[in-house]
Formats: sequence, C-alpha cells, structure tokens
Amino acid sequence: MSQELYTNLAIFVLSLLVGFEVISKIPATLHTPMMSGANAIHGVVVVGAILVALEADTPTFYVIAFIAAFLGAINVSGGYVVTDRMLEMFSKPKDKGNKGGDK
Amino acid sequence: MSGLMTLVSLCYLISAVCYVMGLHMMRTPKTARNGNRLSFVGMILAVIMTFLIVLKKNDTTMTAWLVLLVALVLGVGYGVYRARTVKMTDMPQLVSLFNAVGGGAAAAIGTFDYLSKPAGASLSVAFSLPVILDLIIGSITFSGSLIATGKLAGKVSGKPITFPGAKLLNGIVVLIILAAIVMTVGFPTNVWTLVTAIVASLVFGILMTIPIGGADMPVVVSLLNAFTGLAVAMAGFVIDNQVLIIAGALVGAAGTILTLQMAAAMNRSVANIIAGGFGTGDSGGSTSADEVPVNVKETSADDIGVQLAYAKNVMIVPGYGLAAAQAQHEVAELAKLLTDNDINVNYAIHPVAGRMPGHMNVLLAEVNVPYDQMKQLEEANSMFENTDVSLVIGANDVTNPAAREPNTAISGMPILDVDKSKSVVVIKRSMSTGYAGIQNSLFSDDKTSMFFSDAKKGLQEIIASTKEYLDQ
Repeated sequence: MSQELYTNLAIFVLSLLVGFEVISKIPATLHTPMMSGANAIHGVVVVGAILVALEADTPTFYVIAFIAAFLGAINVSGGYVVTDRMLEMFSKPKDKGNKGGDK
Repeated sequence: MSGLMTLVSLCYLISAVCYVMGLHMMRTPKTARNGNRLSFVGMILAVIMTFLIVLKKNDTTMTAWLVLLVALVLGVGYGVYRARTVKMTDMPQLVSLFNAVGGGAAAAIGTFDYLSKPAGASLSVAFSLPVILDLIIGSITFSGSLIATGKLAGKVSGKPITFPGAKLLNGIVVLIILAAIVMTVGFPTNVWTLVTAIVASLVFGILMTIPIGGADMPVVVSLLNAFTGLAVAMAGFVIDNQVLIIAGALVGAAGTILTLQMAAAMNRSVANIIAGGFGTGDSGGSTSADEVPVNVKETSADDIGVQLAYAKNVMIVPGYGLAAAQAQHEVAELAKLLTDNDINVNYAIHPVAGRMPGHMNVLLAEVNVPYDQMKQLEEANSMFENTDVSLVIGANDVTNPAAREPNTAISGMPILDVDKSKSVVVIKRSMSTGYAGIQNSLFSDDKTSMFFSDAKKGLQEIIASTKEYLDQ
C-alpha cells in the first residue's frame, strides 16, 4: 500500500469515528435541520468538481465537468441557505417574545 | 510540499474542523444556527483554497474556465433560488433533491477521472476500488433521491409500488453491480464497464426506493444523505483530496446515526423500512378500513366553537394532515384567538409529527408559535389530564391507544395520551387509517367527536364559530 493511500484511509476511518461521536444524541426537534446541515456539508463535492473541471480539454470532458460543477453548486448553495432558513425559525419566536412580552 | 500547497492543506484542515464543530453545535437549538454558519465559513474557505491551487497550476483552457464558471453560477443561482422560495411544508423534498445532486456530482467526478485514464490501461486497486464505489453509490443516491423527492412532492405515488418479480430483478441488478466492481478492479479500463455500472446503479436506486411507503420517506432521505456523504468521500479518494474524504466520511457517519435515531423515533427499524415493512402487503386491510365504524360521533364547527370558547386548557395535537394541508397559519390564528381570551393553549408535538422528525416544530415556528407552547412528548403527556379539549388535527397513529397493547402494528411506539383529556375533537378528512393501517380506538371513544374536513378549511370554520361565541 502506498503512503498516500494509507494516509487517506486513516483520515477516512478517523473521520467516520468523529462523525459517529460528534452528534450522538440529538433531540427529535432538530432531526430535520441536522439532516439538512449534514446535507450542506456534503456539498463540499463542489471542491472536487472544480478540481476536475479545470482539467477538462475535450467536449466529452467539458460536458461531464459541467454536470459535476452544476450539481455540486446546487447542493452546496441550496443546502446552506435552506438550513439557515430552518434554523432562523427556531430563534424567531424568542425575539418576538422579548419585544412583545405582553403576558 | 510547496509553500502554496502547505497553506492550502492547512486551510483544508481548518475547513474540516469547521464542519466538525459546526455539526456538533447543531445538537442544540441555541447554537444550531451558528453551527451551520461556522460550517459555511469552512466551506467558503475550502472553495477559495481550491481556486488558489488551479490558478497556480495555470494550465487550464479558456473553455474549461468558461464551462466551470457558467456551471457554478447557474448551480448557485438555482440552489439559492429553490432554497429561498421553498415553502416550509415542501422542504423535505428539497433536502432530498440536494441529496440527488450531491450524489450525481460525486458520480460525475468518478466518471471524469475514470475516462481520463487511457482506454485499456491497468488500474491500481487504490484507484479502481474507490472510483467504482463512487460511481455506484453516487448513482444509487441520484436516482433513489429523485424518486424520494417525487414521492414527497406527490409526483410519484406515495404508496409502496411493488410488482411481481421485483425481488428477482433486484437480485439480477445487484449481480450486475458486483460484476462491474470485479471488472473495474480486476481488468483494464473499459467504457462499457463504466456504463453498465452507472445504469445498473441508477436502476437499483429506483428499485430500492419505489417499494417504500411515503411516511417512511424521511428515514430514507436521511439514509440517502449518509450515502451521498460516502460517495463524496470516495470521490475524495479518487482525486486524492482530503477535505472531500473528511467531510464525506463525517456526513456518512453522522447521517447513519441520524437515520437510526429517526427510525427509532418512528418505532421502525431501518432494515424493516428498506424491506418495505408493515402497511405494504395488506392492501385488503386498507379498503375495509375506509368504512366508518358505527360508533363514531360526528360534530360540527359550531359545536367545536362552543367547546373551545368555554374551555380553560386547550391542547392542540398537530399531525401529518396539518402539514399536508398547510394549515399551520390557521392553527396559529385559532391559538392566538384563544390565548387572547385567556384560554391556555399548548401544542403537543410527537417527535415524528409532520412529514419528518422535527418538521412540525419548524412549521409552527414559521407562524410564530411561542417556543414555550410547544410541548414535547413527555411534558405534553403530563398535561393531558388537566386538558379540557384536545384538538387533534390530522394526526392518527401517534394518538392511538393501541400502542399500549401488545401485538399491534404500533405496539411499543411512544404515543401522546390524548385519550386522557376530558374531551377530544379530531379534525380529519375521513376515517381512513394512518400509515400503520390499523383502526384508532380513540376515534370511537365516548369523549371523542369527529369533524370530517380538510385541516385548513375545517380550522377556518372553527375560527369563525369560536369567534362568535367568544364575542357573546
């Protein structure tokens, strides 16, 4: 096994373990936003898309590169925006309560 | 490592830390939003660093730049547009769509790198194994998530779709996929191996998702989310990029935990869901379930208005029907009307109410329901005894006392003890059964009256009648 592969494999396995540990118990209230947040993180695929896209030099590769970059960009941008919108709603009622506070 | 690569690698590391910390902060409502933002900062950093690498290399054709920039601008534009305009009730299918495009992008990267090797070249296992896994997982997520999106949006029938020979077809497709893995790892590159792997995986994604019922879709979406993470990690191996590996593995693992927890909250096992568990085979049962049992009391909006106007404590129990009818504004309006007249109103929220776990909280938060009125399962259950009227809106299985008895489809599922309140009003479109496909004895309880209506229309009528009695 090459050094490079070993390093990548180690990173992969350790990241899996971190992933298992880092969220452990989540209240059901947050399941949906959490899923959406994780969804946004795999939008990192856009980084890979950028890297390969700029190596393209024939029509076939341009098409594949376009697909990769387009889809990746939707994932990353939409993912973060929709998660933020969801989480904004959780903080909104509190703000209102502070301002109103009539009861 | 050159100076630039050192900088880039360190920044990638910082990005990875941002994702981990961000995800960790999303465990509690207080820090959740900042957690998401932190993860976003990490993402921006990773993208900037990536551009630095390619600018430095400086061997890119003009066309490639053009293709990339157009693709990015269009993708970001579309993603942001959809994310900003989506109705909160439709959000589950949007998340599923983002899974699909993420998986698709990962598969496209794999395709790109596979094709860029000269035809007939022998590949090292270190490249061939991740590339074929990337293609397979990415393609399965792509087609599977699109079906899930369609089911959630009602464009594909939410009913489990099964056909004779499905198992056999599944088996054949799996064999083809396994053969493609062997071909890729053990033999020189060949375009047809690639095409076969992609087509078989796309078919498998569809076959895997269509037999699953609409109510189980959230768990499937979460599972596909974890899959996408793994596909992205594989893409990271293929192009030797650590930030992809870290983020992909992180999402793969976190997504798996989340899937298990979601399934547990719905009292379902993941294996059961994938195998197309209960409520799928008993089509005979659901037809007879549509019949109205004789001992059900029907009521009118007028009656409910009286009950509510003279109640002290009202508990609203929202469910899937409320989300489907998009009646959250009406619920909030009714609640405000009551609280303005010194009637206590609370919401009893079952963990899986709505279309996904936690979805109901999002919907109610959207219409400014105060956070302290939303009672989670245990707290709500301690309040039902002092509740004068429980208003069940489009919820069914989560209120079914049958869960307390052994040997029913929902035995052991945590439920809301609505039957303990002094009286119960159920707003529901018909007597049809919930997802579990069983009768709800709550509906035939002496204390219960049924109001057959669409949640939105029914609530509007109730608001009107309640107003009349309160004004008297």
